[in-house]
Formats: sequence, structure tokens, C-alpha cells
Amino acid sequence: MAVVGVTLDAAVRLSLGALELDISLGVGDGEVVALLGPNGAGKTTLLRALAGLVPIETGHVRLDGEVLEDTTTGRYVPPEKRSIGFVFQDYLLFPHLNVLENVAFGLRSRGSARAEAERAALRWLARVELAERARSKPSELSGGERQRVALARALAADPRVLLLDEPLSALDATTRASVRRDLKSHLSSFRGVRLMVTHDPLEAAILADRLVVMENGKHVQTGTPVEVTERPRSRYVADLVGVNLLRGEADHGSVRTPDGMTVAAAGAVSGEVFAVIHPRAVSLYRSRPDGSPRNTWRGRANGVELYGDRARVRIEGRVPIIAEVTPAALADLKLGEGAEVWLSFKATDVGVYPA
Amino acid sequence: MRRERAPLWIAVLATIGAAFFILPLVGLVVRTPWGDALGSLTSPDTLNALKLSLIASLSSTAVALVLGVPLAWVYARVEFPGRAVLRALTTLPMVLPPVVGGIALLLAFGRRGLLGSLLDSAFGITLPFTSAGVVFAETFVAMPFLVLTVEAGLRSMDRRYEDAARTLGAHRWTVFTRVTLPMIGPSLAAGAVLCWARALGEFGATITFAGNFPGVTQTMPLAVYLLLETNPEGSFILSVILLLVSLVVLVGLRRRWLWSV
Repeated sequence: MAVVGVTLDAAVRLSLGALELDISLGVGDGEVVALLGPNGAGKTTLLRALAGLVPIETGHVRLDGEVLEDTTTGRYVPPEKRSIGFVFQDYLLFPHLNVLENVAFGLRSRGSARAEAERAALRWLARVELAERARSKPSELSGGERQRVALARALAADPRVLLLDEPLSALDATTRASVRRDLKSHLSSFRGVRLMVTHDPLEAAILADRLVVMENGKHVQTGTPVEVTERPRSRYVADLVGVNLLRGEADHGSVRTPDGMTVAAAGAVSGEVFAVIHPRAVSLYRSRPDGSPRNTWRGRANGVELYGDRARVRIEGRVPIIAEVTPAALADLKLGEGAEVWLSFKATDVGVYPA
Repeated sequence: MRRERAPLWIAVLATIGAAFFILPLVGLVVRTPWGDALGSLTSPDTLNALKLSLIASLSSTAVALVLGVPLAWVYARVEFPGRAVLRALTTLPMVLPPVVGGIALLLAFGRRGLLGSLLDSAFGITLPFTSAGVVFAETFVAMPFLVLTVEAGLRSMDRRYEDAARTLGAHRWTVFTRVTLPMIGPSLAAGAVLCWARALGEFGATITFAGNFPGVTQTMPLAVYLLLETNPEGSFILSVILLLVSLVVLVGLRRRWLWSV
């Protein structure tokens, strides 16, 4: 995928245990890219490969045109010379060093005098509002504080690239929101390539300008958070954003699934397409409804989940569909496990786009 | 933990087991002529033996650290053919009778040994029956304790801390000294203390390879054994001194690194 003004450009192919990683990636100057994918998709391995911590079998990593690794020429720049900052999922703050020494580590490693490195580290700690914890050991900090120290430690080394591996996943729900807000402002003030890994679509949507979805080591979809959530191209993303996704053959007003079932869809013309139906667009009835919606069939309730003030009911029928209703409606419909129910949705509520 | 009463037969056997260790210690303390302690302690032979023991055991611990930590690192981190065999050979002195170790050292570093004859003819260096020979013998027997302890520490360490250091720009030597060594600090200290204690108590390999010359190769354990013939009371006092040193090491270790009972 061509991105204008690419500064990080990588093609990575390697196998590690069951994982077969094979992906190309470009991150432009000034954009924050999030790698989104399920566990085991190879997101962390990709970050480690970019940092030089895992050898690439075939491919290359280039930064601002400089070759960091290229298997055709055998060039390999070791991690310590790549200028790639890495915020690890569990932060990996050095337990034997205090907070200040942790943040000063990068500058000290590059030969700065202790006093100078610690002055710079203290400035970074002040930026993440932890100057008063400079003499604490990492074990004395809260999860949110550790995250900020890890970020300060990576940034204090003055990297050209910042890689973040699930930066918020180790935090509890109450601190996550505030740490996410701080992280966003730090990300926007960093001048360099920013790439993060997440499996939380909300986190990705808030922090990133562009999402790269990967599954089983392969690229699945790229786009802005809005593009990806409105036009998911995989079951994984559809489930994450909570929409119904079908794939089939378009035929002038309908989509035929591989099982031979058809769904009326206003935009369907021809060719292989995805069809997306938002659960809010699906209505439920106790008896056969009589009206304009082109899609009406009978199914069986199979699983009810509460999402805030809404309930989502999975209905097995012609094609499995998730419908979203209010808990009050759920009670009126007397929808227990296995209860029979009619559903309908309009052909104009089915979004269709080429597969 | 659940409190439990020991069944009678276990309690009896356990008591005998504990008494087996306690009684000899009590005997040592009770039968030592404390009145003569100061005189025996300050005799030149005792002081020489004590001095030599401390210098030789600390020297062999230093040698073991310099050579043993890299060896442990190789065992823990580098895959190469024959690693298991090499590892077994280098830990053999832990189970080998020390006298056999002493003879093997003679055959390698003795005046007519494999390397010893070369050292003798080329440099005029002879190791057997010298203080350096004592350090050789003690290191041979004690270093495996350090290697095994440090290797276990390296294996259980989370290596991603080293990755983190490298992404921060640290070269491999910096990673080793500022991250790896501090993080395996407890194993390193435990290994060094075990090694030192083993070197301090070394008898068989030392007397075989270095002999028993007062002031040159006669360490405390050798002095204790010899005094038993001529001056039993004196040997009791030296034994108590060694006992105290061992006790201090054990208590110090327990508090910091070994067991958290």
C-alpha cells in the first residue's frame, strides 16, 4: 500500500512457532498508525522485528530511506543503533534502578555524563508529571505511573520511531481513560514515526489516524478508524465493532451467501461483496410482521448480551443476525434462550461494498 | 499453611535425624578448651593457616567469578553441539572425590603434567606445592557451584529486559553490566558465597595437589587435621573457628537469598 511521504517502510516475512508473519507496512510522517488484530495475529512479533529484536527471514526495514535491515543485501543494524523507541506491554522498567535512572538509561548508554543524563531525565519525568517520584523504585509505582515512566524512558533516548505494544492493556478500567488521554497528547507532541499495537478498537479509534488490521500474520484491512468500522472486511473487525457482516455474490438487489441464502440489499449490483447490517437496524417481532422491509424471517434466539443500556440478541435463522433492542423490548418479547422470534430489516439498511 | 501434628514414627525419626547434626556440634563446643583459645589462636602456625585459607579461598572465588560467569552465560545462552557433555564435565568436580581431583590436577599441571611440563620448561613455572597451587585446587572443586547457580539465575531471568535496554541504545557490554548482572545479583551472590565456603573447606584436592607445607600450602582444614595428632585441643579451637565462619555464611545467605523460611 503506497502512503505519501512514507518514513517507515517495512516488508517482514518470518515464521516463529505457529506464526507465519508476512506483511508489508508503511507509516508516514505525522500519522499515528495502530496495528489491530486478535491475540496471536503477530502484532508484537512485527514490532519486535521492526526494532531488530527478531531476525527477518525475507524482507526489509527502511527508515527515512536508510536501510536498517535488508535480507537481499544481508544488512542488519542492531537494535541499539536503530533509534527505535519501544514501550513494552508490561513496560519492563528495570527493577534494580529507580525511576530517574530508568529514564536516564538511554542517554547514559550513549555516553552522556550521569549529571547531564539525569537532568534530561528529570525534564522528561516533569513532562509526564512524575518528577516527585524520581527516587522511587518501579515496584512502588501504580500501573498508570509505570506506563508514563516507560513512555518517558523511551522518549528520553530521542528515538526517530516510537513503537508501543498494547500501551494500556496492563491498566485497570478506571485509570485507562486518563492515561489514554495523556498518551494521546504525548503521541501528538512526538516528532517521528508512531506505531502502536492494540486489540481494543476504541483505543485504536481514539489514538490512531490509521488502522492496519492483521490476522494470522497477514494484512487484512487498512483505513481510517471510521472506514474500518463502517466497512469491516473481516469477521474479527465486524465482531469488534459489533456489526453483522456477510460475504457473498451480489445480484441486482440481493446478496447470495455461499450457503445459498439470499438477503435483499439495495446497493448490491454484481460481483463478490461484503454486506454489513447494523444491529440497531434489525427489528424483532413475536409474530410475522407485515410491512415494507424486504428481509423478514423467523429464527431462534441464541444468547443475549447487555451492552450498556442495550441488549444484543443473536438470532439463528436464514443467516445468523445480531439484533439490538432495549431491555424493555426484550422483556416484552419474552425472549428466553431458544425462543422463536421474527426479525426484519430494510434492504436500504444493508451496506454493500466490494470484497 | 495448615498446621499439622507429626505422626509418632515421623517425629522419632526426625528427632534422630536432627540429633545426628546437633550432637557433633555440641561436642565440639563443649570439649573445646576455651581457656587456651587465645593462646592457640595467636600461635604463628594458626595465624598463617588462617591467613592462607582466607587469601586462597577469596582468590579462588575471584577466579571463579571471572571465569565462571562467562561460562555460565555460555551454558545459558549459546546453543552449540556438545554443550550438555561439556557442562557435565565441568560440573563433575561437584561429585568427584576431591583426592581424585587433586591427582587429575597433578597430571595436568604437575611438573610432568600435560600443560605443567610446558609451563615448567618454557616459563619455569611450577604450580604443585605452591600457594598458587592451593588456589588452583580450591577453584577446581568450588567453581562448579558458582557456575550452576549463576546459570540458573540467567535462565530464569526475563530476557526482554535486555531487549528493552538494547532499544534504548545500550551495547551488549552495557546490557551485560548494567542490566544482566544486577538482575541476576541474588544468584551471583549466592553462587559466590557457596563457592567461597566450598573453597574454604577444601581438603582432599589441596593436600594432593599442593601438599601440606606450613605457611605455604597448609590451609585451616589441613592444620586442623594435623593438629589432631599432636595437639587435639588446638584442633578443636580451629574447628570452632571454621564452624563460626560457616555459620555466619549460612545465616547471611538465608536472610538474603537462599531460603525464605
